[in-house]
Amino acid sequence: MSYGFTTIYWRDMIRFVRFKTLLVSSLLQPALWLAFFGIAMSSSFDALVAGIPAIPGVPQVGYLTFMAAGIIAMTTLFTSLFGGIVILFDKNWGLMREILASPMNRNHIIFGIGLSGVTKSFIQAIVIMVFGILIGAAFFSGFSAIQVIIGIIGILAFVGMFALGFLFLSAAIAISMESPEGLQGVTTLLTMPIFFASNALYPIDSFPEVLKIIAVFNPMTMLVTGIRYFTIGPEFMAMGKYYHYMPSVVILSYLGLVIFTVLMFMLALWRFKKAVVT
Amino acid sequence: MSLPEQSAITAIIRVENLEHSYGDFKAVDDISFSVKKGEIFSFLGPNGAGKSTAINVLITLLALQKGKASIDGHDVTKDPQKVRESIGIVFQDVTLDRDMTVWEILEFHGRLYNMPREERKKRIEELLGLVQLTAKRDERTKNLSGGMKRRLEIARGLMTRPKVLFLDEPTIGLDPQTRMRMWEYIKGVNHEGTTIFLTTHYMDEADHLSDRISIIDQGKIIISGTSWELKNTLGQDIIYLETNDNENAIRLLRDLPSVRDVKTKKKAFVLMVNDDGTKVLPVVIDTLRNAGIEISTINLKKPSMDDVFVFYTGKDLRDEPTGKAAFLTMRPGGR
Repeated sequence: MSYGFTTIYWRDMIRFVRFKTLLVSSLLQPALWLAFFGIAMSSSFDALVAGIPAIPGVPQVGYLTFMAAGIIAMTTLFTSLFGGIVILFDKNWGLMREILASPMNRNHIIFGIGLSGVTKSFIQAIVIMVFGILIGAAFFSGFSAIQVIIGIIGILAFVGMFALGFLFLSAAIAISMESPEGLQGVTTLLTMPIFFASNALYPIDSFPEVLKIIAVFNPMTMLVTGIRYFTIGPEFMAMGKYYHYMPSVVILSYLGLVIFTVLMFMLALWRFKKAVVT
Repeated sequence: MSLPEQSAITAIIRVENLEHSYGDFKAVDDISFSVKKGEIFSFLGPNGAGKSTAINVLITLLALQKGKASIDGHDVTKDPQKVRESIGIVFQDVTLDRDMTVWEILEFHGRLYNMPREERKKRIEELLGLVQLTAKRDERTKNLSGGMKRRLEIARGLMTRPKVLFLDEPTIGLDPQTRMRMWEYIKGVNHEGTTIFLTTHYMDEADHLSDRISIIDQGKIIISGTSWELKNTLGQDIIYLETNDNENAIRLLRDLPSVRDVKTKKKAFVLMVNDDGTKVLPVVIDTLRNAGIEISTINLKKPSMDDVFVFYTGKDLRDEPTGKAAFLTMRPGGR
């Protein structure tokens, strides 16, 4: 067994903590989303749905709490999709040559990058949760201590798998691209449908049929489902809608993410094996 | 000097009929050579001759298109992993992460190649001392001078004690003292048993360091041999002449028994002589004086690597449509 990926991971983390502006902005950005978008939207949405009668016994959840899960997912999506840019810089500055000419297995390179991206996403997810609770998101309300711990582990498991999948996708795009602008263009193009055709900010029940199908198979929806299940609980009311996440739905969502990640890994490996970097 | 006899069992690098094109452009055009275990072998050629392309195929960064290449018995196409394990590389341009420290660069490299921790530690200290960067170990590479960066890269290439070390223009941009130190060190590494494959466009470097040299131009190997052999193809001595009537002078001198070849330049011409030049010189002067040709400059010297290079790559003749190729193909057979 070789631990080659830890080398790549080590280097990427050095760079992460060394670029202070990148570090600070990547932690601040999701908090700002939550602060501005979250507070603004929740104040108007909560007023809109105030008249809808509650179902007895089902906890009511404010919009801030509802969308905070979406913000965690969104941040993970953005960070992961842009995570591959490291590869592009390495490629353009000649640094990738050292790595590709070394005996290190290609899949270790991909895994190392993936792992460092997952670490960054974990840090961000935790920052958002802490900040969210500070500004009034009702996470883990009514949970026992053990449930909270399970909740956090569950969230990280979902975030980690999702981040890996999108990092692999990003790595595959980056290694095939020539310019950072190209990568920027493609990833921006991808983030739109992935983010908006999902349940991150609103329920998907009232989507038109086609969009609904896209949303259901969207890894983003799977991630948000997982995060909501572990932050709010299996049963709640939000935006005037009744949510009930069966454990089977949560497990299926996770399996969906695993399948997505495996496919993206294969895609990345294929692109890396074809990569010509001189 | 001919190819087949080199492909003995001792060859650590073997290349047969290697070709590599970028679109329609043939960067490497059917080259064959082999490098013996333990020697320092150089590709000497002008920029754009195909040196780096050939190296990139050997170090598995470029997929082999046509021909065969192997390092230490491992085929670059069938077993790239084994090839990568047996080689070290110093790339032509700087490939250092600007935001990593000197120590981190070496540590990262050692880890990439799976070196055990203790050995990494020892090797890093050793190499830092050698390239005189011990005081800079915690400096980020963006704060190093050009020479320091190069030294660090050479240290990195040596980190894993590879069987073959590829040096693509290793001393480009270094000051003379540092170059000398690098040469000494490269020789030292070679003495310890590392085979060295060098590309350079510095003739003195090729001359000083290499056991054998291949002159490469426009994707083809033009001639190979030891530095001594290559210089000798030009004759024992060369005489540089400028006269008021070069055309007639050449016609007269060409037939002298000790003149093996004449090369014309813009305002002058060069005689390559088989005999001791000091003995030929009076004859040349007499011959020209008798014909009434005035000599404005005359110069006798031993052929240097520069002469060999200019002669075979035709670098200063490039714009003239003289039959360089035809001339050169005669050459190797002559010896």
